[in-house]
Amino acid sequence: MIEFILDLIILVFLLVVAVTVIRLRDLFAVVMLFGIYSFLSATFFVLLDAVDVAFTEAAVGAGVATMLMLATLALTERREKRPTHTPLIPLMVVLATGALLVYGTTDMPAFGSAAAPVHTHVAPHYLYESPKEIGIPNVVTAVLASYRGFDTLGEVVVVFTAGVGVLTLLGFSRRERDESENS
Amino acid sequence: MDIGSHFNYWVVIFLMMAGFYTVISRGNLVKKIVGLNIFQTSVFIMYISLGYIEGGAAPILTEGTEVYANPLPHVLILTAIVVGVATTALGLALVVRIREAYGTVEEDEIHKQDSSF
Amino acid sequence: MQHHLILRVVTRFVLPFILLFALYVQFHGDFGPGGGFQAGVIFAAGMILYTLVFGLDNATRVVPPSALRVLMASGVLLYLAVGFATVLLGGNFLSYDTLAENAKDGQHYGILLVELGVGITVTSTMIAIFYVFVGRNLPSDDTRAGS
Repeated sequence: MIEFILDLIILVFLLVVAVTVIRLRDLFAVVMLFGIYSFLSATFFVLLDAVDVAFTEAAVGAGVATMLMLATLALTERREKRPTHTPLIPLMVVLATGALLVYGTTDMPAFGSAAAPVHTHVAPHYLYESPKEIGIPNVVTAVLASYRGFDTLGEVVVVFTAGVGVLTLLGFSRRERDESENS
Repeated sequence: MDIGSHFNYWVVIFLMMAGFYTVISRGNLVKKIVGLNIFQTSVFIMYISLGYIEGGAAPILTEGTEVYANPLPHVLILTAIVVGVATTALGLALVVRIREAYGTVEEDEIHKQDSSF
Repeated sequence: MQHHLILRVVTRFVLPFILLFALYVQFHGDFGPGGGFQAGVIFAAGMILYTLVFGLDNATRVVPPSALRVLMASGVLLYLAVGFATVLLGGNFLSYDTLAENAKDGQHYGILLVELGVGITVTSTMIAIFYVFVGRNLPSDDTRAGS
């Protein structure tokens, strides 16, 4: 029961933050609210027993991503201009998509049900065979690095590629560039 | 169907649509990226909700615990978060370059400048 | 940030713990929550804090951009090297059983090395991205905006 109430409180907070982000035009406030949004979702992940994910989300969302957005604001503008279009068409698109998605959830298994199809395929193998096959207690690490090692390799390459992309677009600091030009 | 059992999914869908709405209705590129990130985080919540088992424990094996949350969504989302921030950085870098080239980050003004060429 | 004395003192006090915690998360990921991705981001967050408080000049003296460029690639290469090592030892790509005499030990070594590769790449990429964004922001950079 207490878990359900906590669950509810965090979801309500998330809703409030998301709606405020749409309404506010001060981008500094928007970015700070996004940090709060990330932190709230990290708390939610803890409630849903996903400690590894909560860990990452707290460090990434509330730390690195927010800092990068603030740095971008310093390089661009702080205020958003008043929108010139009527929000009618986006609103209709969003409502239609949302309605379809809600319709889709009616076929989904109940939240927290242990009999859901997602728990019947490879997950039991990971949970109950990994002590014999891998021998480390944290199943998430075992799946990440060993069972799905190839997948993780791809993810690391994506991170690397994105980093190279940013370096190509913006380059390292001016000073270093000057030095290389002078030499 | 019990309302309580699907309530989570509906809230997540609302959050997703809030992010989606921000992306398609706002002209400011920084705000679009914030919207995209809200959308993305909502998808993460959706995945983790699917992996949750009532009364289960975090998937770190300990003696005497039988029921664990599904580790597979955790792995997928864990990597997706870090990849997400890297791609967000790429998007923000593009915004910075657009600002340097056009002097604005408002979509309408960029379109106006493009069509005047 | 030259005048924020409290901020500077607190940062100096907290920073070693953040970096140490990142290393703990990196190498304790087998037993508790953690791993290369988390550790990388936490380590980068520590360096970002340092950059914010002490400025980009001091930060680049601690971790020079040229080192970051090498580290970014070397993490991925370490990961790939583990993969090819398992192939050369007669196993499948990234199946760590062949890395040691005992399959479980092999898995331990493999996971440790692979997570290390992930950690190195994520840390250096995040720091590099932040450097680049902050480097654009230097006051004398404004003149270049129109060019």
